[in-house]
Amino acid sequence: MLKILQNLDRRWIFLTMFVAVSVPLIMGTTFPETPSDQVLAVFDAVDNLPDGSNIVMALDYDPASAGELQPMASAFTRHCALKKHNIYFMTLWPQGINMIQGSIDILNDEYPETYKGKYGTKYVNLGFRAGNEGVIKLVVEDLKKSYTTDIHGTNLDNIPLTKNLKNIQQVDLLANVSAGYPGSQEWVLYGSSPFDIPTVVGCTGVQAPIMLPYIPDQLTGILAAIKGAAEYEQAIINHYPDLAENPKAKEGLIRMGPQLVAHVLLISLIVLGNVIYFMERRQGTA
Amino acid sequence: MKQSTIIWTLLMVFGGLGLISVQLFRGKGEVYVREVPVEAKSSSKTSPEQTYRWSTYQEVSAKEKDDPGISFSFSRTLGLWVAAFCTLAIFSFLYGDNPLYKFTEAVFVGVSAAYAMVVGFWTEIVTNLYAKLLPELARMSFFPDMESDVHSDLLYLIPLVLSVLLLWRLAPKGNWIARWPLAFFIGATAGIRLISYLETDFIGQLQSTVMPFIVFSADGSMLWFKSLKNTVVIVGVTSCMVYFFFSVEHEGIVKYISRLGIWFLMVTFGASFAYTVMGRIALLSGRLDFLFNEWLGI
Repeated sequence: MLKILQNLDRRWIFLTMFVAVSVPLIMGTTFPETPSDQVLAVFDAVDNLPDGSNIVMALDYDPASAGELQPMASAFTRHCALKKHNIYFMTLWPQGINMIQGSIDILNDEYPETYKGKYGTKYVNLGFRAGNEGVIKLVVEDLKKSYTTDIHGTNLDNIPLTKNLKNIQQVDLLANVSAGYPGSQEWVLYGSSPFDIPTVVGCTGVQAPIMLPYIPDQLTGILAAIKGAAEYEQAIINHYPDLAENPKAKEGLIRMGPQLVAHVLLISLIVLGNVIYFMERRQGTA
Repeated sequence: MKQSTIIWTLLMVFGGLGLISVQLFRGKGEVYVREVPVEAKSSSKTSPEQTYRWSTYQEVSAKEKDDPGISFSFSRTLGLWVAAFCTLAIFSFLYGDNPLYKFTEAVFVGVSAAYAMVVGFWTEIVTNLYAKLLPELARMSFFPDMESDVHSDLLYLIPLVLSVLLLWRLAPKGNWIARWPLAFFIGATAGIRLISYLETDFIGQLQSTVMPFIVFSADGSMLWFKSLKNTVVIVGVTSCMVYFFFSVEHEGIVKYISRLGIWFLMVTFGASFAYTVMGRIALLSGRLDFLFNEWLGI
């Protein structure tokens, strides 16, 4: 047995992981989630604002991270739509434009009474700007120095939502979904911390340990990885039960089923690896 | 039987099951759209009002394919199959390096670079440079919505000159000129970052760490959990800093504090690793969700 395990082809592990993730995904296995304090802080930050507040949604990610971050961006969008907030979309990633379009589709398809045909009055797409943190520094002080037009080339002075917006210090909340640089950390460094802009972020698991120290003084709340997304979805469903009927609003919750099985598999493999190591050591082969 | 043969056999079985499911759940692997007519009116001081009509296409589920106004979208179906092919080609690297993986990787890198370049050109060079320097020409060519009273902002000549100097690097002679704009960018970036890091990561984090060991509520009772949390933060930060303090030999009490710091660091690395694993599994489930749900319709 030990010999088989010692010479086990690593592709068996890949195959086992494939099965561990696939089966719960196909079965649609979900588990109940209890929103943590950090997630509730994010929920409250959006929900406690009066209806129709102004929110900047900076979606700084690309399709490569969509598997982890799309549920967060969709949940932010739905929550803002339920509160009828005015949304300013922007991105610091070139491929983020498509991610913004995904959120705009949610607004138009699921909340047509509030958002359909209301471009410029209920939401605006500022699109992409190159310049990383340079763009953040500009938009927090003078939006129109960086963005003179929206994504369609319309002058910001001709759009009702942006006409009187001098900078994003004037908005009620900044919600950022980020996959790396430039992203959440840059928004905290150049936006929320120096200018006290209320900010919530959703980030990848890799970024989460970097972002956690900013809570609660420099960051209002954080959705850390897919677990954070699932808890946020649960928090929204708890407060707005009608959303439970929408399967698209449970993307994060559905992805937590495979997480559980895959984590159990990983823990088992770590234990097995250690058992093999100690057995080898006992036999004097390690 | 060799292990590689078994793995290949299993992969073929999974592939076969996938194709059977496509046959069983006909209509999946196909994309249907609904035509949404759009109408917009435009007018300016110099021309009468004009009405523009065009159509956008909204994706609908395969269940609605027989409804009126729903049509099969060849381009979107092709896109779906290309996406599925690319996903499987990238996954094939798990079995071993192969030409299919290399081809898909090259396509991904090329498409990403080209996309970023095109977006950068239209959002920066055209919108932020050309339109600022030559607004009248920009209004006639790309931005009819632009106000006619906008004047050239000559300040934008500076980034234009810097950009040209930067591109000089490609010239056969005098490529040292590119060092000047590069020096400007490095200096400016370092300055901007230094201030922000000092303010947020140094002063801000120091302020956040100054907290009471024991926390009392308004009625005078002790908040145990909050007190424990604060204590862990303070002890953790202090012991980790002692571990990285090399001006004093790590002996006696310092040795024990620095060892505690190592424990805190290990826990932090473990948490980071676990978060990374969670992220990677989420990405895997995202792709598999696409394959099973959108493509195969299982």
